[in-house]
This record gives sequence, structure tokens and C-alpha cells, in this order.
Amino acid sequence: MHDERADTRRLAVTAAQSEDRLRGGAPDAPLISSWLHIGADGGVEGYTGKVEVGQNARTALAQAVAEELRVPMDVIQLIMADTDRTPFDAGTFGSQTTPIMSRRLRTVAAATRELLIERAASHWQVQPSTLTALNGCVLDSQSGQMISYGTLTQGEPLVLPYRQDTPLTPPQEWMVAGTSPPKVAGRAIVTGQRRYTPDLIRPGMWAGKGLRPRALGATLRSLDISAAQTLPDVHVVRDGAFIGVVAPDRARATEALAALHAEWEQTERVSAGDLFEYLRSHPAPPAEDPARAAALHEECGSVEQGRNAAAHALRRTYTHAYIAHAPLEPRAAVAEWTGDQLTVWTGTQRPFGVRGELAAAFNLPEGRVRVIVPDTGGAYGGKHTGEVAIEAARLARAAGRPVKLIWTREEEFTWAYARPAGLIDVESATLVDGTLVAWECHNYNSGAAGIRTPYAVPHQRIVFHPTHSPLRQGSYRALAATANHFARESHMDELAHHLGRDPLQFRLQNLQDERLRAVLEAAAEQFGWEHAQPGPGQGIGIAGGTEKGSYVATCVEVEVVPASGLLQIVRVVQAFECGAIVNPDGLRNQVEGAIIQGLGGALFEAVDFQDGQILTDRFSRYRVPRFADIPPIETVLLDRQDLPSAGAGETPIIGIAPAIGNAVFAASGVRLRALPLVPDGRVPGVAGGGT
Amino acid sequence: MADHIQLTVNGMQRDVTIEPGQPLLTVLRDSFALTGAKIACGEGQCGACTVLLDAQPVRACSIPIHAAIGKAIQTIEGLDEAGQLHPLQQAFLDHAALQCGYCTPGMIMSALGLLLQNARPARDEIIAAMQGNICRCGTYPRIIRAIEQAAGELRVQKEGAHHA
Ligand code: FES
Ligand code: FES
Repeated sequence: MHDERADTRRLAVTAAQSEDRLRGGAPDAPLISSWLHIGADGGVEGYTGKVEVGQNARTALAQAVAEELRVPMDVIQLIMADTDRTPFDAGTFGSQTTPIMSRRLRTVAAATRELLIERAASHWQVQPSTLTALNGCVLDSQSGQMISYGTLTQGEPLVLPYRQDTPLTPPQEWMVAGTSPPKVAGRAIVTGQRRYTPDLIRPGMWAGKGLRPRALGATLRSLDISAAQTLPDVHVVRDGAFIGVVAPDRARATEALAALHAEWEQTERVSAGDLFEYLRSHPAPPAEDPARAAALHEECGSVEQGRNAAAHALRRTYTHAYIAHAPLEPRAAVAEWTGDQLTVWTGTQRPFGVRGELAAAFNLPEGRVRVIVPDTGGAYGGKHTGEVAIEAARLARAAGRPVKLIWTREEEFTWAYARPAGLIDVESATLVDGTLVAWECHNYNSGAAGIRTPYAVPHQRIVFHPTHSPLRQGSYRALAATANHFARESHMDELAHHLGRDPLQFRLQNLQDERLRAVLEAAAEQFGWEHAQPGPGQGIGIAGGTEKGSYVATCVEVEVVPASGLLQIVRVVQAFECGAIVNPDGLRNQVEGAIIQGLGGALFEAVDFQDGQILTDRFSRYRVPRFADIPPIETVLLDRQDLPSAGAGETPIIGIAPAIGNAVFAASGVRLRALPLVPDGRVPGVAGGGT
Repeated sequence: MADHIQLTVNGMQRDVTIEPGQPLLTVLRDSFALTGAKIACGEGQCGACTVLLDAQPVRACSIPIHAAIGKAIQTIEGLDEAGQLHPLQQAFLDHAALQCGYCTPGMIMSALGLLLQNARPARDEIIAAMQGNICRCGTYPRIIRAIEQAAGELRVQKEGAHHA
């Protein structure tokens, strides 16, 4: 199905467009051939800069193409995240794959289908409206004639603009979208044939290792490479501030690295115990532009006026620790130079961004750098940056051969960026009847995502204070929406108990957003909220929220053992709504996975650090959820076919932490305002509980 | 000093020259290009590198190669027969018990080790046997269902063979 000649022509056009884009021209590839190619044998290639990191984009996007092009799934092959072969893409994050990329591919596929129908119509000298597309063919049901797409295109690239206003098939008529086909490439995964970046082998490839400072922020005082240099077949590489080694295999590279004698100048660093005080007192210096640019200050009404009119007021502070993404596939890259052309295979969420980083690092035009992202073993927002790609490219350049660099788990935990820690002050005011009148929220460091309250409050002040962070930090699944929802939904629960109101009813009373109401009611009904009768030591909690166009509500039942304070999650019910559902089982898988990943950050995950050392530098010291940690989980998916599909990889993570915290309060009377809630598994303050 | 050793991998005798002290994982991946067993933690904590040694699941990243000499090494690549997936592999697909798939080969091999010892594991026995395997994508409930399905399937196959 792969036709080299056609591909070369198609690529020439794609490259020209890419140049246009760099010059500030075409924002998005307007030609069919940039997105789709139909081979003479009817095989379909789709091109997208999105990456597959486990969120099932490869399957869901193939469904989008199959649906509109009217071809079976198995003739479609998606070429993903290859900067030479796929149109520019900003990256796979922010739940944009479904609302934007899937929609784009659907439009291109629908426009292509219409084009092929027109070609067949002129071939047969009939009206296009009398023809239909089915199963990779155009069909004239009156004459019974049929012609395949492959015959119509002859495998020639469709270097034609696609009609951007081509109508899409409405969800009610979906045949392939809206179903749960088997995962594309699933068979390669279960047979061990799928090659992730760490599994790649290139001819003549050697292994690299990077030298890491002894502590965060430490600078090199001296380096003695003489011992390492005497080892056979070892290159010691110094390139700018980067120091590394290359050897024929990983074991010898590790040995060579150990033979380097470096001395480090250590600087004083904040430790985890002083973190929150530090964050509150260290606003981001103006020089740190990106952080300052993220600052946010919104007012509506007058919170002072609202508070004056109120009967109750409550002020509380909530905190959350840094956490690690800990994708099972560590950061890795294979770099290969051919003259001054660089190709790098690496698991990143931003192939084009990493291409830019590489071009800048080596002072090359972007056209000389190619980044290819093999399907990747997890990212969760943690693989946006190109450091490992740059390191591998430095090593490969110095060694004069392809080099593979795989970060160790310790490097992952120590040198990758973390989800920001932060603290959030919430001050609220309500009338006697429980109506919210004022809401003031100050978030230090964690971020602005999900910071606006979805409840109807006339007087609001919402502020995000960017802060200097002692640890390197960055994006994480759902960004700060997890932290902001933990603060807000814990606070809503505190208010409800304060007012002697049912937490669900109190939320509904202050809510005008129908979609949030719908998920709260759906979760509560499936859970049996209204008739629940928790016994002693048992409690139920609820939380809800919205982010990036999707809605979530979570109910949790817990038990707190009175003698020990041990916390047991008895069950979780979560309702989720993200518009029209594209792949029901894929969605359920994402929702379950997000709850389970969210359990870690809710209960026990935290990066611990002291004097510049990350203490939680391996899985034996950084606990992630395992089989025994998983309670029964029920998910309720609301399918809103009348609404456009939103992404679903992120938002389902935000409900679990506040729902658990709220259930713990109901069970024990102890209000937990810090994430993780129970680092040692016990609720503090309950008899015999931890501190 | 390099050593010449002989290993039995997926039923085949293989000769290899290696530096002593290498973990089994390195030899499988670098000498035999069997990359189904993954590099993930290197300290026996995540299970992504799990293979069977004489039907016992082991963490290949933490087993020195010499411990594998004279034993039957089985990796994920040797599991399907003539293109026919093993019931565990099929069950993982049937339940979509994977997202990124990086943990999957290790999960399947750990589960195989369990089912070879215990044809009818209870749910808590599955959890206990699988506790050393991490799935960061959080597909645990699906993996449990997949193992239960495969266990049933294998029992039926066995009975069928018995009565045949
Ligand atoms: S890589 Fe061997 S147990 Fe994690
Ligand atoms: S499927 Fe990604 S780690 Fe298990």
C-alpha cells in the first residue's frame, strides 16, 4: 500500500506548507494530501502530528477517518508525530485531540469522500447526488455500478484544498464513530512486538549516559575524565554544560560514567518541610516572564460587599505536594546524524516543539531536523520537553554514530519536571438559606486551570499568584484543575456541613450550570446517595467540577478504622460527560485510569526533597497505586449527542481527591486539607492515627 | 573477561558472549533483540521486565544472567503459537486491559506465572500475585478481568485436552 513516489510528491507539498507556516503563512495545511492519502490498492494513510501515549488517539482518530470516508478501519494506517511526514501540530495536550484534530480529520475525510463521489459522477456522466460512498467504493445504486477509491485516485496524491465547510455525519447516524473497535496495534502490544523508543535499534548504534549533578542546583567545580578515558571504546563528551559518555552498550556506558570524577558546588535549597511558607513568600520574580504572564486576577461584583451582606463566612487554606508523572517508559531518545541532518526518535508530546529545541541547540534550520515519536509508554503531561533528545543528539554528534539514551528511573524522578505544588486560600460567604454570595480564591503556584468556580456567586475575586518554585515543575494531566477542584470542592463540603446541609443539595442549590448538575445527579443516583446509611466509621463524600469542556462528578464511600485510623476506600462511582461519545469503551478506560492515577495523588503520592536531594527517587520510595489499592469503581457515561465531543484524557482525574477528603470527614470528623491526604494510609487525629 | 554461555530462550538453544554480571534483561534485549520485556525501573519494583524462568515469574532487570543458565527462559515473544494468541494475550485485547501498553508484556508474563501455579485463582490471589506490577495508566480492574477470563479459558482447554 505504501507508494514511495506518491509519498515523495506528497511530502514535497507538506514541506512547502511547513515552510509557509514558518514564514507565518498558512496556519493549517489546507490540502487533502497533507492529511490523507488513498493508495491505488485502496489503502488509506492518515497524517497527524498527534502522538499515541495510551489515550487511544490512534484508534479514535482512525475511527473519525473511517466514519466520514466510509472505509473499514483496517485499511487505515495513521502516520503520527513525524515532523517530516505530518502537518505541524502544537502538541498532544490540553484535551485537544478529540475536539480539534478528530474534527479536522473528519472534515478532510468527508470532503475527500465528496470529491471522490464527484469524480465517479463525472466518469459515469450522472448526478453526484444519485451516488453513495460505501466500504471504500462509490456506488450507483440505480445502475449497480461500483468503482473503488483506489481506481478513482490511481494512488495520486490529492493535492487539492479540502472544503472546510463540508457537513459532518451527525452522531445519530454514526456507524464507526460512537462504537468501541479493538485497539489499533493492540496485537503488537500483547505480543511484545511494539517498539517503543527504548526498544529501537539503529545500525552501529551505541549507548549514552549523562552525568547528573550531585544535587539540584549544584554546579561543577572540577571534572577528572582520565580514568574514564582509559576504558576501551569510550567517548567522554563535554558539550556546553552537558557531560556524558558513549560506549558500545549500556553496561559499559554506566561503567564509564562511574569512572568520571566530578566535584560539585552545592547551593542552599529549600526542603519539603518549608515548602508552603516558601511559596507564599516568593512571588515569581519579574524576570521569570512565562510565569508572570500566567498571572490572573479576576473580579466580579464586590467580595467585600458580598461578605458584609452574609450570615456565614469561612476562610480555609488547602495545600498540595509536588507529584511525579512516573510514566512507565522513562524518557529516552535515539539520535542519528547524517552530515548535518539530524533525526531523533523520542517519546514526547510535542514533536514539533522538540524539533525547535533541537534546531536551536545545534543552530540548525528546522528543516534539517526530523523528530519521530514512536507510540509512547505514558506521558500524562510529563513529556513536553526535549532534554533527552538534545542530550542524545550531543552524544551522537560527538561519537559520530547513532546513540540511544534512556534515562534511569532515578533520573526520571530527580531531573524530570514535577506537577507543581501549591497552596490555595479560599474565603467564602453565604446567606442564612445557604446561598453563596461571595467567593475569594488565591492560588499560589499550582496554576490557573480550573480556578474559576462553576457555582453561581455574585461577588468573586479569583487570583493566581505565580511563584518561584524550588523544584522544576511543569504540565501534568489536567494541570492545576486537580488542585483547584480539591480546594473548591473541599470548601463547598465544609460550607455544607457548617450550614447543616446535605453536600449534594447545597451544591445543586448554588448551581446554574445544567451539565454539572446532570453529572452530579447521575453520580449520586448510581451511588445511592440519597438513601445511603453509613454506619459508624463509614462516610460518603461527593465532588464535582468541569474543565476543558467536560464534566465530572465523583461519589466515594470510605471507612476509617477507629482503632488505627486506617483509611479504606470502599467504592467509587464517577459520572462523566464530554459531549457526543466517540469511543465508549476507550472513554471508560480513560475515566477509570484517571480515577486510579488520581488515587495516588489523592492518597499518598508526594515528591520529598531535602537539601537539593530528591528523596523519592525510585518506585520503592515513591509509592504509586498498585493492584491492592484499587477499590471497586463504577463509571456512568452521559452521551450528549447534541453536543460536540470534548477531550476526556484529563478532566476525569479531578473529582476523586475532594470526594475522598469529604468522605473522610463524614466518616471521622477529621477535615483533611492537604494532598496527599493520608501519606501513611492513616487519617491523622483519629485514635492511634498518624500525625 | 567476556563469557560464552548457552541459554534456552523460548524453547531454543542460543549461544551468546557476554560480560559477566549482566542482568538477564540486558542480554534478552541487547543480544537477542527481544525487547518485549521492558526497561522501566531497573530495581525489581515495577514488573515491566517480567519473564519466566522455569515457569517462575522473575524480574529480568534484577536477575544476573548466570542465574538463568540451564533454565527455560520464556518471554512474551514466545507466547503465541503459529500466530494464535495465547488466551491471556487474547483476554487483554478483549478487555482492552491496556492503554499505553508499556506494562502489558510484564503483566501478561506475571499472570502466566500465576496461572501455571494456580489454575483457579481467587480475586485476592490475583491481586497478591500481581502486586509487583505497576500500570501507571491505571488499567488494573481490566487486567484482573482479563486474567479471570484467561483462567477460565485455559481450564476449558485443559479439560478438552483431557477428554480428547
Ligand atoms: S524494570 Fe525490572 S522490575 Fe522494573
Ligand atoms: S497501560 Fe500504560 S502502564 Fe499499563
